[in-house]
Amino acid sequence: MSNPIAIGSVAELLAHAKAMESEALERYLDLAEQMEVHHNPEVAELFRKMARVERKHVEKILERVGDKDLPHIPPWEYQWLGEEAAEAIASEDVHYLMTPHHALTLALGAERRAFGFYARVVETVEPGELLELARELMEEEREHVALIEAWLAKVPEPADDWAEDPDPPLLQE
Amino acid sequence: MTSSPAPIPGLTARDYKSEVKPVWCPGCGDFSVLSAITKALAELKLPPEKVSVISGIGCSSRMPAYLNSYGFHGVHGRAVALATGLKLSRPDLTVLVTGGDGDGFSIGGNHFLHACRRNVDMTYIVMDNQVYGMTKGQPSPTTAPDWDSALSPGGTGLRPFHPLVIALASGANFIARGFSGDPNGTARLIVDAIRTPGFSFVEVLSPCVTFREDQRGWKKIVRPAPVDPTEDIGRAARRLMTDDGFNLGILYTGKRKPYQLRLDAVEEEPAALETQFVV
Repeated sequence: MSNPIAIGSVAELLAHAKAMESEALERYLDLAEQMEVHHNPEVAELFRKMARVERKHVEKILERVGDKDLPHIPPWEYQWLGEEAAEAIASEDVHYLMTPHHALTLALGAERRAFGFYARVVETVEPGELLELARELMEEEREHVALIEAWLAKVPEPADDWAEDPDPPLLQE
Repeated sequence: MTSSPAPIPGLTARDYKSEVKPVWCPGCGDFSVLSAITKALAELKLPPEKVSVISGIGCSSRMPAYLNSYGFHGVHGRAVALATGLKLSRPDLTVLVTGGDGDGFSIGGNHFLHACRRNVDMTYIVMDNQVYGMTKGQPSPTTAPDWDSALSPGGTGLRPFHPLVIALASGANFIARGFSGDPNGTARLIVDAIRTPGFSFVEVLSPCVTFREDQRGWKKIVRPAPVDPTEDIGRAARRLMTDDGFNLGILYTGKRKPYQLRLDAVEEEPAALETQFVV
């Protein structure tokens, strides 16, 4: 479960950043597939668009990593504030009838968690290269939060009956 | 494991996923269990061709199709029996069994008991959602007695099966409980289960968001078990007496030697046995 943050090196922070963006990318691709399988093409396309954005974030992190050796961190030893990589939408939070508004709300939550993660690192590390990197990453996440907020403001809110399925999965009778 | 294949460096969790798109309902806990399994296999750096995933029937039994390893989608309730045969004949493979509570504890219940007793080296991951999801919501052996539904008005009134109690009493060598909402923690349990020789049993609470919408609330109820794993069966049993089904972590790790086929005890080739039968 969640742990206190104690990141001690630039390489360790970059390992977290790489895992965070990579897992977010993978999750968006998985969610897009789920929505395609369940005939929700509009949200599937939105998740694919988010995946394309995340792919750019992964590339940016990899540029930062360059030829540095990153430590191997087992999945359960990353110091996320929750159960999963901060920027990944939880699999259980989606619904087959969800709307773009729901999807963007979840994406906004993910970006805010990512911001919160780096903010915690900034609070806890000593001045130096590590703090500078954490600040830069935090500011990037702040920009991502603002972008998603602006996007979300343009998307209509879901109707009250958004989850009503005219042909629902019924209990057997 | 009885034998360890040479690990492959550089494999990621994604490399263990197949190209088949899962058909589980969005929100289903099984997606996170799939993620946990792939993370565990990547962490162990197991070559995909040295891993075999066996299943029976049910939503969670679709797992082998979604993994880039060998697999066998068997018949209802018989996954553990299939896996036992496979592991005994191919001890070099890492054998996982995946399935649900209906498959594993109802029609497969007898196989579960004897798999624990035999202690063949494999890891059995049961995604427990306390319902038959694939067949549209019938109560399963782990369903609470008062779960009210169109198929069981007022509830079944039946005492639920307690998988960890049965596993402990029957001789499983590793017993743990995870939660799909914590895929990284579940990956760790699966890694430990695979590393522990003998029959390892991991129950994963995995909500069915279609027929058990109430299970979305599990993430607020589960908590790490307040005690460390024990090697003492009596202590593990006492802990289970007060277990409400939501304590997560490793309950018990034993040191019982895994069952292995005694090839030296086979004196005759199978072909020689044919002479005893009229064909």
